[in-house]
Amino acid sequence: MTPILETRGLTAAYGQFKALFGIDLAVSPGECVAIIGANGAGKTTLMRSITGVLRNDPGMVLHRGEPIGDLPADQVMQRGIAMVPEGRKLFPSLSVEENLLIGGQVRRGGGRWSLDTIYQLFPILKDRRHSPGTALSGGQQQMVAIGRALMSNPELLLCDEVSLGLAPVVIRDIYAALPAIREAGAAVVIVEQDIARALSVADRVYCLMEGRVTLHAPAAEISREAIHAAYFGEPT
Amino acid sequence: MLSHASLPHAGGRMGRGGILPLCEVVAMIWLDVLVQGILLGGLYALFAAGLSLVFGIMRLVNLAHGDLIVFAAFLILVTVNLLGLNPFLSALIAAPVMFALGWALQRFVLNRVVGKDILPPLLITFGLSVALQNGMLEVFSADSQRIRAGALESASINLGVVTIGTLPLLTFGSAVLAIFILNRIFYTTAIGRAFRATSDDPVTASLMGINPRGVFAMATGLAMVIVTLAALYLGMRANFDPSIGPARLIYAFEAVIIGGLGSLWGTLAGGAIIGIAQTVGAQINPEWQILAGHLAFLAVLIIRPRGLFPRAVD
Repeated sequence: MTPILETRGLTAAYGQFKALFGIDLAVSPGECVAIIGANGAGKTTLMRSITGVLRNDPGMVLHRGEPIGDLPADQVMQRGIAMVPEGRKLFPSLSVEENLLIGGQVRRGGGRWSLDTIYQLFPILKDRRHSPGTALSGGQQQMVAIGRALMSNPELLLCDEVSLGLAPVVIRDIYAALPAIREAGAAVVIVEQDIARALSVADRVYCLMEGRVTLHAPAAEISREAIHAAYFGEPT
Repeated sequence: MLSHASLPHAGGRMGRGGILPLCEVVAMIWLDVLVQGILLGGLYALFAAGLSLVFGIMRLVNLAHGDLIVFAAFLILVTVNLLGLNPFLSALIAAPVMFALGWALQRFVLNRVVGKDILPPLLITFGLSVALQNGMLEVFSADSQRIRAGALESASINLGVVTIGTLPLLTFGSAVLAIFILNRIFYTTAIGRAFRATSDDPVTASLMGINPRGVFAMATGLAMVIVTLAALYLGMRANFDPSIGPARLIYAFEAVIIGGLGSLWGTLAGGAIIGIAQTVGAQINPEWQILAGHLAFLAVLIIRPRGLFPRAVD
């Protein structure tokens, strides 16, 4: 089966500073893949490269086998790859509902997700729908950011550090939405620092260190020692 | 006896009659000044609305804005002369042409320079301003021109206390309507949502499938439609020639800053304040008209440096 998303020898650099050194990964339809790694491992750079915020050689990123590495972000999104960006990045000038609507403004992709179904997924948002997006608590803002990405009915949802800065109970609420999201048909890529959380929801795990994949295994088969080694480097 | 008794009455009436009308006349003159000032402000608000729109969305100050107004005025004039249409129909023809010009200007020129650094767009639009002025000088000569509006030029409405020129009233009404419509577009339509989102954060907007450069081009196109409207009333109200653009830009600037960056209704208020200051100044001494407008601008800046109704966060 052709993967929804594939990277082949993906490299990325900020000027002289090289952040990614040949990343190979693949995500199949319906799959949930976790990407873990310490700060500065290149996780966010990887997301920026996939979504087209950073442009690459065409063949470094493939969507259903077609090269998209050089497409701008808006065209990547229109192919059905939606992003929940790190830090949520809600639009301060837009209300909660407008933030949701803008997620589905360009691509609606006939699927399950609409304003109604998002409000069923996160009922609290319906009560706050006329508030400015930034007036909400961190957890509620994260729900808006996820709902906003779902509004396009993506075939691949990228979630960058959705639990960052949130209380454990709030993180649990947000992860409780994941089964419904997967059931609706989207493949999911989760970038997480919370390794236990990532392992509990993902089918497969990639671990990044200093711009390279240091571990790649099914989540069920992975050992603490292997993660430790991949995360911090082999003990010398 | 009867005639004797009525004498002081008659005298009294005469005395009061001599004083009261004078007070009334003074009050009426100032009321008239105020009304004319507000109506003049409508024209300045039209100059400013396009500038405000573009700045609000992409933080780009278009130094050629005034020259684009003059250019649009020439475009209307040429249409009037060539097709023999009335100015309003001519503006209707000029508006889509100006939209296309604005769209192309943004898409092919200004989009290359918008970004974190504000200097390159300033240089580009300054260059455009110089080029436009000289280009128009070459084509249309330095002669003063005017868009003939027939009877409308001198028509007026008598409201008893003040007499209002139909054209200034129409100008002000158009400004209010234009700003109302712009606000509706901004706050109730999908393209307006895209405008606001892109203004907040172009990178995240692009993650929503929105092409920020396309949004910018739409915004500049829309601004040029407002510019056409401003040009129509500028050209019917007064003489214009290729050199007057920069002064219109200054008025527009001042109206935007007084109103507060990013607030369209504030821009209307800003226009009215400059208009009132100018007519009041002119009433005291005709030489003070322009100066009074600038002084009002400085006074507002001292009291409220961020303008009256600031919206933009940065």
